[in-house]
Amino acid sequence: MAMTPFPARCTARGFGAAWLLALCFFPAVLLAAIDPAQLPSQEMQARYRQLIEEMRCPKCQNQNLAGSDSPIAADLRREIRRLLEEGKSDEEITAFLVERYGDYIRYRPPVQDNTLLLWFGPAVLVLLGVAVLTVVVLRHRSDKAAVPALTDVERRELDALLESRREADDNEESRQ
Amino acid sequence: MFNWKLFIPLLVFVALAFFLMKGLERDPGAMPSALLDRSMPEFSLPDLHEPDRQVSEAVFRDGEPALLNVWGTWCPACRVEHPFLMTLAERGVKIVGMDYKDERKAALAWLARLGDPYRVSFEDRDGRLGIDLGVYGAPETYLVDGDGVIRYKHVGVLDERVWRDELGPLYRSLVREAEDN
Repeated sequence: MAMTPFPARCTARGFGAAWLLALCFFPAVLLAAIDPAQLPSQEMQARYRQLIEEMRCPKCQNQNLAGSDSPIAADLRREIRRLLEEGKSDEEITAFLVERYGDYIRYRPPVQDNTLLLWFGPAVLVLLGVAVLTVVVLRHRSDKAAVPALTDVERRELDALLESRREADDNEESRQ
Repeated sequence: MFNWKLFIPLLVFVALAFFLMKGLERDPGAMPSALLDRSMPEFSLPDLHEPDRQVSEAVFRDGEPALLNVWGTWCPACRVEHPFLMTLAERGVKIVGMDYKDERKAALAWLARLGDPYRVSFEDRDGRLGIDLGVYGAPETYLVDGDGVIRYKHVGVLDERVWRDELGPLYRSLVREAEDN
């Protein structure tokens, strides 16, 4: 009997933590609470969420439309909702906003002339790094290979040297 | 022996410093208007003084360059720039006022109390034209030429300095253009 409350409480706490964690990772769950009007279909609602996640609030540029409480973000959400209800495609809605607010409004910038560096710069840098590393490693290896192997004569000389050194050490030990 | 490789880190540093310094000079909030050199969007909105009358983009097509000032009584910065708008109006600049997301009563009281610099005033109660214009706050001021084409946009308070350095010269060149035609 004494055992029952303990696991029960434990489970409840675990559930609460999981729920909190879920809320952290899915802000859309929170969002549903502040946007009262639902769109007619589940599919539209999903597209709406996707769009407001990917559009930047022009007034508060570190936030997306979903996360901003500023009046302009509310207006733009309303506008996106209206366009969705009119049956516009995601591309058309994006174009509508870009036409008015510029590329700035997109959190996911399109691949075009002035964003090439942004899109491919990091990859180019990584490739450059790999190239430099390869060159350094290869050169290091060939340096090593360039050291000529010992000739038989040299080897015998070396053996003799080592031998005499060992004998010297032995003598020293026996004296102590 | 001169080893040029020793200078690579220095070169990298100089390049990096150059770009970082460039970054300091840039205003991260600056958002170029997407509507530059495009015609004023079409609209039909009630006149602020006579709500039964509709104002349309035609007010910008009379051959005279104009400023379109986006304002609202809820916006403290608009209160700050208001006296300078009065000065501009006195100098003969055509200013069109767009009362943005505001109450008509409050707007009329404001104009009665502080003076009315606008040759034409209309209200965009729900902010729809604001979205077509790419407005994201107030005050914002657009420079529109005599054919109704948007030529410049200033975000924030319009004061003597902004007029002297940015809008004024452009406005005067538009006036000259209009006179030549």
